[in-house]
Amino acid sequence: MDKKKQIIISLVLIIALFAGLWILERMVGTNSMLIVVLKKAVIYALLVASINLLQGFSGLFSLGEAGFMLLGAYTYAIFTIPEAVKGNVYQYYNGGIIHVNLPVWMALILGGLVAAFFAFLIGFVVLKLKSDYLAIATLGFAEIIRAVFQWDALGGITNGSNILRSFPGFKSVLYPFAVVGLCMTAMMLLINSSYGRAYKAIRDDEIAAEAMGINLFKTKLQAFVISSFFAGIGGGLLAMYQLTVKASTFTSGLSDELLLIAVIGGIGSMTGSVIASFLYVAANEWWLRFLDQPAFIGTFQVPLLRSGFRKVVFSVIIMLIVLFYHQGLMGTREFSIAGIFEKLMGLRKKKKAKVSGGGTEK
Amino acid sequence: MSESALRLDNITMQFGGVTAVDSFSMNVDKGEIVALIGPNGAGKTTAFNCITGVYIPTNGAVYLFDKKIIANHPKGKALKTYGGTSRDFEKDIIVRSPDSITKLGIARTFQNIRLFKKATVFDNVLVAKHMRARQNVLTAMLRLNFREEERMRSETAELLHMQDLYRYKDEIADSLPYGLQRRLEIARALATDPKVLLLDEPAAGMNPNETAELSEFIRKIKDEYDLSILLIEHHMDFVNQIADRVYVLDFGRKIAEGTPDEINENPAVIEAYLGVDDNA
Amino acid sequence: MKTVLTAFIGNACFCSIFQSLAAFFRANLPYILAGISVGGQYALIAIGYTMVYGILRLVNFAHGDVFMTAGLICFYLSLVMPLYISLPLTAAFTVLLGFTIEKVAYKPLRDAPRTSAMISALGMSYLIQNLALYVTGGLSKQYPQIPFISRSVTIAGATTKMVTIITPPLVIALVAALVVLIKYTKIGMAMRSVADDFDTSRLMGIKIDQVISMTFIIGTFLASIGSMLYFTNYTAIVPTSGAMPGLKAFVAAVFGGIGSIPGAVIGAFIIGISENIIKGLGWTTFSDAFTFALLIMVLIFMPSGLFGEKKTDKV
Repeated sequence: MDKKKQIIISLVLIIALFAGLWILERMVGTNSMLIVVLKKAVIYALLVASINLLQGFSGLFSLGEAGFMLLGAYTYAIFTIPEAVKGNVYQYYNGGIIHVNLPVWMALILGGLVAAFFAFLIGFVVLKLKSDYLAIATLGFAEIIRAVFQWDALGGITNGSNILRSFPGFKSVLYPFAVVGLCMTAMMLLINSSYGRAYKAIRDDEIAAEAMGINLFKTKLQAFVISSFFAGIGGGLLAMYQLTVKASTFTSGLSDELLLIAVIGGIGSMTGSVIASFLYVAANEWWLRFLDQPAFIGTFQVPLLRSGFRKVVFSVIIMLIVLFYHQGLMGTREFSIAGIFEKLMGLRKKKKAKVSGGGTEK
Repeated sequence: MSESALRLDNITMQFGGVTAVDSFSMNVDKGEIVALIGPNGAGKTTAFNCITGVYIPTNGAVYLFDKKIIANHPKGKALKTYGGTSRDFEKDIIVRSPDSITKLGIARTFQNIRLFKKATVFDNVLVAKHMRARQNVLTAMLRLNFREEERMRSETAELLHMQDLYRYKDEIADSLPYGLQRRLEIARALATDPKVLLLDEPAAGMNPNETAELSEFIRKIKDEYDLSILLIEHHMDFVNQIADRVYVLDFGRKIAEGTPDEINENPAVIEAYLGVDDNA
Repeated sequence: MKTVLTAFIGNACFCSIFQSLAAFFRANLPYILAGISVGGQYALIAIGYTMVYGILRLVNFAHGDVFMTAGLICFYLSLVMPLYISLPLTAAFTVLLGFTIEKVAYKPLRDAPRTSAMISALGMSYLIQNLALYVTGGLSKQYPQIPFISRSVTIAGATTKMVTIITPPLVIALVAALVVLIKYTKIGMAMRSVADDFDTSRLMGIKIDQVISMTFIIGTFLASIGSMLYFTNYTAIVPTSGAMPGLKAFVAAVFGGIGSIPGAVIGAFIIGISENIIKGLGWTTFSDAFTFALLIMVLIFMPSGLFGEKKTDKV
């Protein structure tokens, strides 16, 4: 088939995207709202996609995302705070006990690996549980991780309940886009591989999947570990974006929020997750900000508008989607240039007799 | 003397106080089609679940080509409450999960069809190829396994062609008519390269025409894939058409075995079925 | 002679254990008292979780937030009316809220996959928290002082509030009433049968909707009572005030065996007391983590909890 064509089109688009971002950044400035939103949104996209990998493609209901993000963020921060400022950051703990400095990319990957390692340990224990118990148990583990990281005794490593700061972030929006792009590509390749098919089989029918020779436990553990790896990388990126890390902010509320974004995008659609993340962050940080400001039309004060209203509107939208539009934006479909291409071609070909070329590679 | 493909030795399956299968022994020779019949609740599906690793039998062993693949004996509390007739306990303990049984070469279908409903016909079968693949996550992610992937796809296509399902390959499994779903489920089981095939009520819900077609089909795949087949059935007509030998279970116990003709005349079987005539 | 000696040694041993135990109790009395009190309050929340789960197989994540809302309702009502009106009204409004949540967020998803209902519950929790944030403007609200129960008392040298003493008997009385309701009334019988087998009960003509509504009404009513006791102790209400108590109550319900009311109550007391003893030992950071560690242990080693029934899936 024209797989080659697809790859070429994708490559061209990716280059165009990065070129566009580069130009945009020059034009509007790195600290403009647009760029800030893009940075945060792309990181959210990775996090939401990693949740979707579990929830949407493997049928594992986990509420522990925040815990793995925390592991990634802390690992990144701990290994990149420059030696010179360690005394300052770890002021209550004699400058900390870890004196290894890693390059940024290595620290990010290490963050992913640490998250994956803990996911392996945790998964070993909880993945035998059924849906709702699994959700609660992962949530519990995330809370335990959060408590451990605030523990005084580990202060030399984690700085106790104080923030970590002064580690390198990123200046250009291109950086998170490149990292997330790589991760998303890996995830897409995974779900369209034989392993992805095994995950989906388990999601659809565990008993039938087992009868097909798929080892439930191993395969679930694998999905859990891989998802957590990306959650860890996402956590590291989030740290780079925020420039500070504090364990107490990685609450179960954060996991819930990310899961709800995945629901908006469509459980089982990676591109849905990406689109929803961008919409969510843009609306939350930017477009719907006005809902939080009191506004006047003449002397008439628009009712309801004040601090916090934005979040209420949001929650209502989420509830409406959950209740009346289960599929979310994308359902389980994927948005792809090839798909659009085919559709356009299909429209043209429609007059011709039915051709057997319905092979819809996602 | 023919070779035994699948043998159950003194299998007992007990749930709490209920003995669903009681000291049941049976044998399927290589190349044979054997039927397991009995009234509702006689323990047929439970026996299947013991063979396929869904349940761990309370006592007894399962042999695949004379190799012991599952074995258990009651211990502790299970021994105290043991309700099986035979107290001839198996020595070993071998526990396997369903997926490892499938890997050993026993494939099954389900009483109420269990396809991956939202997946295409092609993907339904392709999934079965996963377990024998030599790839790992990384090679699969980086597409280094493309040769293997191609092989899996071509094998799947071939299988679908042979089962006359290829033209439906892009249909969603759920949208197929009932009879085709049954066939697809069997095709999917074949894709795991089984030596023994277990069919749980393959003719359920079929009319006589379809049943005749099905028995033709089962015989065909048996020869083509060199299979030994054990099936659960209610339709005596179908059993008469297809089975070389029949085992009859009632209340978990074997009450008869023999050729279909012998079974049709066996008074114990007739009695067991009186009043619970499923063929009506 | 020998027996006397062993008896004496035994006695001495017993005495020293007893003494050290007594010392432990004396040192930790304030924490133990706080534990009993908060345990009782968790129990009142846990009943709502366990009943809803027993019937709908749904973890009602919004329950903790309903509990928090009860606190806020009471705060706002008390601004404009005396407590003897605002307290019953609080209970009434909370019940109405619980009832409405079920009708709006769970009923439409009754035949959807279980995860959908759970996501709806998460969404509902998110909505309530954000509404609370909006209404309160992000400021913490001071729960009104309820006379008598917020009075200070001193027990064996430990100073505490009256509510600590009131909670256990009140909880026991409420649970007893609930058990009687479930055992001997028609609606209680219907509840038990729905919990046992949802689909069959529906076929047998039990009015499922009525039973479920009743479950939510009872659950939220108890949660509103719980909120009155809880916030008398911990007087600052913020939008996330309900999240932790809610989760802990859920853990208590799992610990006791989900679906079992006495189990939930006992589980709640155990969790309340242990987390406060942990605080007393100076491990405050881990008082929440402990609860979850306990949960995970229970899920792994005795998934049906203390009093739950075992369920097996059918192939």
